[in-house]
Amino acid sequence: MSERVAVRKTYKLFIGGKFPRSESGRSYLVQDTNVSLASRKDARDAVVAARAAVKGWAGATAYNRGQILYRVAEMLEGRREQFVALGVPTGEVDAAIDRWVWYAGWADKLAQVYGGANPVAGPYFNLSAPEPTGVVAVVAPESPSLLGLVSVIAPAIVTGNTVVVAASPSAPLAAVTLAEVLATSDLPGGVVNILTGRIGETAPTLASHMDVNAIDLTGVTDAELAADLEVKAAENLKRVLRPAPADHDWTADPGITRMTTLLETKTVWHPKGV
Amino acid sequence: MFEYAPAPESRSVVDLKPSYGLFIDGTFVDPTDGGSFKSVNPASEEVLAEIAEGGGQDVDRAVRAARRAYDEVWGPMPGRDRAKYLFRIARIVQERSRELAVLESLDNGKPIRESRDVDLPLVAAHFFYYAGWADKLEHAGFGPDPRPVGVAAQVIPWNFPLLMLAWKIAPALAAGNTVVLKPAETTPLTALLFAEICQQADLPPGVVNIVTGAGDTGRALVEHPGVDKVAFTGSTDVGRAIARSVAGTRKKVTLELGGKAANIVFDDAPIDQAVEGIVNGIFFNQGHVCCAGSRLLVQENVADRVLESLKRRMAQLRVGDPLDKNTDIGAINSAAQLARIRELSDAGAAEGAERWSPPCELPDRGFWFAPTIFTGVTQAHRIAREEIFGPVLSVLTFRTPAEAVEKANNTPYGLSAGIWTDKGSRILWTADRLRAGVVWANTFNKFDPTSPFGGYKESGYGREGGRHGLEGYLNV
Repeated sequence: MSERVAVRKTYKLFIGGKFPRSESGRSYLVQDTNVSLASRKDARDAVVAARAAVKGWAGATAYNRGQILYRVAEMLEGRREQFVALGVPTGEVDAAIDRWVWYAGWADKLAQVYGGANPVAGPYFNLSAPEPTGVVAVVAPESPSLLGLVSVIAPAIVTGNTVVVAASPSAPLAAVTLAEVLATSDLPGGVVNILTGRIGETAPTLASHMDVNAIDLTGVTDAELAADLEVKAAENLKRVLRPAPADHDWTADPGITRMTTLLETKTVWHPKGV
Repeated sequence: MFEYAPAPESRSVVDLKPSYGLFIDGTFVDPTDGGSFKSVNPASEEVLAEIAEGGGQDVDRAVRAARRAYDEVWGPMPGRDRAKYLFRIARIVQERSRELAVLESLDNGKPIRESRDVDLPLVAAHFFYYAGWADKLEHAGFGPDPRPVGVAAQVIPWNFPLLMLAWKIAPALAAGNTVVLKPAETTPLTALLFAEICQQADLPPGVVNIVTGAGDTGRALVEHPGVDKVAFTGSTDVGRAIARSVAGTRKKVTLELGGKAANIVFDDAPIDQAVEGIVNGIFFNQGHVCCAGSRLLVQENVADRVLESLKRRMAQLRVGDPLDKNTDIGAINSAAQLARIRELSDAGAAEGAERWSPPCELPDRGFWFAPTIFTGVTQAHRIAREEIFGPVLSVLTFRTPAEAVEKANNTPYGLSAGIWTDKGSRILWTADRLRAGVVWANTFNKFDPTSPFGGYKESGYGREGGRHGLEGYLNV
């Protein structure tokens, strides 16, 4: 009797709800695995997919988005072992699931905390409400590979944005596995798009892309690159989340800034009178 | 009226037991000093089950169980874990929603279309919404570290049995309280099925306790010295008695009481839409709705058109078997409630208002009342002042917006109101002047877990739903 030969998984990109290889046909060896090496064209394709998903996702009710995000947490819970097998510590997997649940609950609450009636000095109804900014490019933290990733994706999409994420180049397997979770959680295709590869290759394309509304530089460790990306982002006045400090504690209460930075506030005036 | 073939929802999804005990400390127990009563199907008068009636000692047992669970388990538990239990409950409600909907219609008499499409989705959504608050209370605007109150005594009515349970239990548990809940004596069954759901969710024993019974059981619960918070939905008279009974204690109280809502139709309103809203406002759930639009205030110059259209629409309403998917109006919940509706309607006719109902065949058995409107109603008539809590609409007219507001506010109640007009500024002008906790414009009877609900004046105090709904369950 010979030992069973295992079927190995191909780790690919996640764009528009599908798992394509890089259009460049390239891969790189990391975590003992060949992982797709995304090109600038892949980044642009991902932005197109993200933009196409904005209307449906931002237009979904907050309740519906909350339900879907909670479903993601349910699916994550079922894959705990898989993440542990990829080298993610158990405690980190649990924290990532709990964080996803925490953000799911924000879907139908943030407007109640961050919006509200304004008592203007005149006979007007005046209400401010948050709206998603649109397509958000995200450079995920190098580590922790799962908790860090969840902590940048969930706050962006819970409010109705869609994202293109450059995953951790040194530990991308958790990101691709998360993509498999997202693909089976009723999350519409294109809401989350994940690129594996070199930050130096994908991030400048995303930062200078005119159809991207915001960029989260959390995972950029090179200060010079971060400044360059921020300069590029200035061209169409992208909203910017700056890199996290090196000693950032990912287990701490994240607060609401990650969500609010990626929101617009819309204020509506309406006269009162017979 | 079009002929429809019967389209009954199957009862087979419901597994009724012959008798039910009290749910205390995580298990069903027999009452120690109480008796029992029967819950009947108001559409057929068939006995559905025998229900335990909690006595004083039973209430005491339940409060002690809730206290122990609060001190040892639920109070110290991190919010993120409380959230997970509430999410589980929400999911199980979704999974068993048809079973709950059929049981609700059987016990309450409401059309399956409403229990299936309104009550149950709102119940699940309410648990989802408050589950999400459990781990973010510090963001709710009540200070950096809001604390729960303790043990909540909750008494709910029979008109939306499971939905009122959700409105009570979800925010209480999210905030870290434990509860003893008494469902109404005519509709205890879905609360008892909910107790099973708590077991299925592995909710720690004592966090939710369900003590069935009538007024005496409720009084024993509300007046129990071990209770920190009283939440009541029901009549203004009982609400007043509760407010008296907690005087001098440290108990926190929220009351959601009666209403006599004005539904104001201005002459520029889209008439067809307004008529749909009027029908929904008063005939939804047989008019057993505290926020029902029971007073139609229609601008004089369009009154004839509105009434003509309203009567035509009412003639299309299908009254009958609550489990038939085509039914619009089901059974009146109890013989006692039917007697009250009849008494007030007779008073309306005796006082000189003109009574009208569409031709309508009512079943022989069960409790039924045809949809009814009264025209020529004045503000002095009892049917314009007292809550009927049935499918009976009083129609009054007005000439100016100021007169509409004056008449709308001419009531001791202040729960809700409706405004129908094409002019946005008039909606807001009118809403500003209405003394009512919920104002619907060009819609009616809309509910959402994110939206606070509750009354002004003698319709009670405190709000349920939304961020505001947490306040009654936090020590702020």
